Amino acid sequence: MNILVCISNVPDTTSKINFNENNTSFDSLGVQFIINPNDEFGLTRAIWLQQKLGAKVTVVTVGDSTCEAILRKCLAIGADQAIRIDLKPQDGFQVASCLASICKKTEYDLVITGRESIDYNGGMVGAILATQLKIPYLANCIQLELDGDNLNLQREIDGGKEILTATFPLVIGAQKGLVEEKDLIIPNMRGIMQARQKPLEVVSPEINACNSLVQNYEKPAEKGPVKLVDAEDIDGLIDLLENEAKVI
Amino acid sequence: MTVLVFIESQDGVIKKASLEAISYGRSIADNQGYNLIGVGFSIKDSEVLNSYGLDKLYNIDTQGDYYFNVERYSSNISSIVEKEKASIAIVSSSADSRYLGPVLSVKIDAAYLSNVIELPSQYEPLKVKRSCFTNKAFNETQSEKKCTVLSLSSNSFGLKEKQGKMEVISESYSNLTNNLKVSSLDKATDKVSIADADIVVSGGRGLKGPENWHLIEDLAEVLGAATACSKPVSDMGWRSHSEHVGQTGKPVASNLYIAIGVSGAIQHIAGINSSKVKVVINNDPEAPFFKAADYGIVGDAFEVVPTLTEKLKARKKI
Ligand SMILES: Cc1cc2nc3c(=O)[nH]c(=O)nc-3n(C[C@H](O)[C@H](O)[C@H](O)COP(=O)(O)OP(=O)(O)OC[C@H]3O[C@@H](n4cnc5c(N)ncnc54)[C@H](O)[C@@H]3O)c2cc1C
Ligand SMILES: Nc1ncnc2c1ncn2[C@@H]1O[C@H](COP(=O)(O)O)[C@@H](O)[C@H]1O
Repeated sequence: MNILVCISNVPDTTSKINFNENNTSFDSLGVQFIINPNDEFGLTRAIWLQQKLGAKVTVVTVGDSTCEAILRKCLAIGADQAIRIDLKPQDGFQVASCLASICKKTEYDLVITGRESIDYNGGMVGAILATQLKIPYLANCIQLELDGDNLNLQREIDGGKEILTATFPLVIGAQKGLVEEKDLIIPNMRGIMQARQKPLEVVSPEINACNSLVQNYEKPAEKGPVKLVDAEDIDGLIDLLENEAKVI
Repeated sequence: MTVLVFIESQDGVIKKASLEAISYGRSIADNQGYNLIGVGFSIKDSEVLNSYGLDKLYNIDTQGDYYFNVERYSSNISSIVEKEKASIAIVSSSADSRYLGPVLSVKIDAAYLSNVIELPSQYEPLKVKRSCFTNKAFNETQSEKKCTVLSLSSNSFGLKEKQGKMEVISESYSNLTNNLKVSSLDKATDKVSIADADIVVSGGRGLKGPENWHLIEDLAEVLGAATACSKPVSDMGWRSHSEHVGQTGKPVASNLYIAIGVSGAIQHIAGINSSKVKVVINNDPEAPFFKAADYGIVGDAFEVVPTLTEKLKARKKI
């Protein structure tokens, strides 16, 4: 079994977001980058399939050389090999198209993406990739179990979940719930040492088109101070919510 | 030219998020002199659409199959996009809409832009404002394609009524299939989901344990609100994963967000920041949430919340 896990390199969740070059570009100065949390859930599931069934796990990212630290981390967590497509992507369509060209070279039974990246929040790469490859995509995947050749799956929907079956090949959008938080793998020394020996291949993009371009960025306006209400004055709070904020 | 809106329904009843998407579409159509058409699947209450200025509705009979099916839906919609020469297709930000949007974009060779929060500032090429970095920032994005699929962030535009008379057309349901098959749904039908809610009541670790969640549920019930929680609360299994909101959980863009015993960590705030009015109840005046909130009470949740619930109940009775 061949599994491809698509990894997005994103600013740590505590990062302050700033822009430079006249608000046209993200300012990465002093920002710590991490594996996109949704992708980490997906990678953890892939490693489980590797340990249980001997699946071969490849991680891939579309990005410049600064993304290699994250790929090494994935290798230390247990991925067998890594690919970096050397392109600073403009949009999710471009990422998906680059990933599709990788999937056309090697046959993957399962391609794992994250539900969305926490930087550009497109929520689109997995769906576009699958549709380009003409294979099914399951969004918001919170369960993936193997039952012989069949897959038992769940998708989180608004107010509940949907229970599905599928066969390979398949693309999923992983998210929290797919694995337990406590099962996330923290690389140990041995993993880190082994990762240095594992292959990390750099390839040039074959496709360059993007469908959209970000023109500029802006930060939200500063918020005014909180209006405090005395704990004894619940009527005061209700009055404010009803007559000032008009939300109840 | 034409603007198309995907109209989502549950058991035949149109969802509020779709009415917002139609309102948004109507404004574009009015600005640009376009036609506004909708595509829905087994909609039963289509008359309400006359109040939102839809010109034409394609109502596709799914023959009793009420599961959302991304293949079949997107294939139906893409043929209508072609037939009607639509240049803009709008979906909401519900789970199904955000599933459908990017799949549809490939089938109709369109750009896909999610988290849209305003009307386009320019057409041809289309330019629109979107949120990014989980609401820590915004950007303006330009579509490089003739056709664009927009996913509208919930509660960012609101409902705008406009009377009209629409034509209703039926179309046969696409029979496209693939290896992905839904076997059942597990849905709490009596509960308001976070995505649909105008008001969300959220509890954090300050509530001490799952046995105290009646405080949250009672308050939510009198407000007709959805319930939510912080990440550690769902990690510890006090509440289900589906209630976890924040940067790595669900985004919340409600009109009112009430946070009880939640400290207001940056990852939590990021996910709920696009809610319009934020109220915090916390016994620590130094809790970071007070910096992000509009209204606050420094006090013990175990005292404040029951009183609030009682008073709201009494007010409802008048
Ligand atoms: C990668 C990453 C991603 C994360 N993503 C998310 C996310 O998406 N969503 C999220 O929520 N968190 C997320 N977190 C966790 C986040 O950093 C915080 O740890 C978490 O939000 C804290 O949850 P809490 O406010 O419930 O608990 P605490 O921080 O323990 O706060 C409890 C609060 O309750 C108050 N309190 C205690 N007793 C009472 C009382 N009797 N009455 C009133 N108030 C009381 C306390 O003063 C305190 O402010 C993430 C963390 C990481 C590292
Ligand atoms: N630059 C990238 N390289 C590889 N995979 C990516 C990249 N960007 C996004 N992805 C994958 O696509 C998922 C959804 O991202 P997005 O559509 O940007 O929200 C992420 O969780 C990743 O799995």
